[in-house]
Amino acid sequence: MAGIDEFYQRDRDVHPAAYAPGYKTSVTRSPRFALISLAQSLSEATGPLFGEDAIAPLDNDLIRNYGGGGDAIGERIIVHGRVLDENARPVPNALIEVWQANAGGRYRHVRDNYLAPLDPNFGGCGRCLSDANGYYFFRTIRPGPYPWRNRINDWRPAHIHLSIFGDAFCQRLITQLYFEGDPLIRTCPIVNAIADKDAVERLVARLDQSAGVPLDCLAYRFDIVLRGRRQTLFENKLQGA
Amino acid sequence: MSKTAYPFRQLQETPSQTAGPYLHIGMAPAAAGLPERSQQLDNVIAGAAVEGERIRIEGYVIDGAGHKVKDAAVEVWQADAKGRFPTAPLGESAFRGWGRAVCDFETGIYWFETVKPGPVPGRAGPDGKPAVSAPHLSLWVVARGINIGLSTRLYFDDEAGANAQDPVLKLVEHVGRRDTLVAKLEKRAGESVYRFDIVLQGEGETVFFDV
Repeated sequence: MAGIDEFYQRDRDVHPAAYAPGYKTSVTRSPRFALISLAQSLSEATGPLFGEDAIAPLDNDLIRNYGGGGDAIGERIIVHGRVLDENARPVPNALIEVWQANAGGRYRHVRDNYLAPLDPNFGGCGRCLSDANGYYFFRTIRPGPYPWRNRINDWRPAHIHLSIFGDAFCQRLITQLYFEGDPLIRTCPIVNAIADKDAVERLVARLDQSAGVPLDCLAYRFDIVLRGRRQTLFENKLQGA
Repeated sequence: MSKTAYPFRQLQETPSQTAGPYLHIGMAPAAAGLPERSQQLDNVIAGAAVEGERIRIEGYVIDGAGHKVKDAAVEVWQADAKGRFPTAPLGESAFRGWGRAVCDFETGIYWFETVKPGPVPGRAGPDGKPAVSAPHLSLWVVARGINIGLSTRLYFDDEAGANAQDPVLKLVEHVGRRDTLVAKLEKRAGESVYRFDIVLQGEGETVFFDV
């Protein structure tokens, strides 16, 4: 297991607090004790790796990967960007899983009973793997906002959920991508669980008109940053030998 | 703010957000009612061919009101029976080391099928000698209402000797809380089942780590 280095301490100030009372569900689902910090061992600094064969051909095309072969209805978009670490190095072979509502804000999920209809050609489930440069892309329709039972008239901004694997279990991250200019972003208690407004900005995908396909679809750019490894300059106690 | 705390990091980590109530669509499509994918990422960590003592892990995620959380997902990373972490991509060997379970919508139960991990080398102490960790699994819990995934560890109650020497368990200053990290063995029709409930808040709150 030579060559395994530990990761930088997570900067908890860029993340939402566990207890964010404006987001009501967090009230009973947030620990009251402080987290106990660990010096990393192999258990944290290693993690599952994914190969090309983990992905089926249409896994990254949410416009086509569900239903009878017709295209999903809605605003056709490409979402693309790079997976980097905090040292600005690309993270290759990062598995990104995405899920989202359809153009009307309805999820294809047994537990979603919002009155907006399902789209027979949209499942809302996708995944892709970053390439050697950390670059990733998928195609989908822009999701609609939807209401949720928090305060009586709370609405989620349009968003896509992303689950990302880096090289180590301690890099594991789930987040949400929002869209530039959406006025619901500033009213959302889930977004506002993040105190740092600069950090919120980094969850907002930017319109990238040069990357879209003319007469076909627009594009949004969304770069993802995972935790970076610390270079071991003098000694490394991590490997224990 | 964080920029002044870490001025030499070129980039800052992407902020976390909750996985929300419909995480199954992307993480466990079959549970959401979608077709199963070709390479399903599920809760069988070790196939039948893997060497080691076969065990089942099961439990509930419980909130601060004592209610079962039925929309959580739990992921595991562990070493094999000889204490080795997999280095090959998932699917290339029978032992994956990684698994993902979602709680049952009706009962709330989550479970994994795996082999019991061996002791793993820990960090060297000040004397330069490597510590040895007691057998354990690393767990990561996400759900609606959890803004950033919660990391914890599962140890085994029939490894009391090793647990007493474990460098991570010994970090838990409130000694009475160490038990929240120890799964309880039940023999069930010849099968070894370890019960591990994850209490998010309140009475018996599980120890969570900043890893």
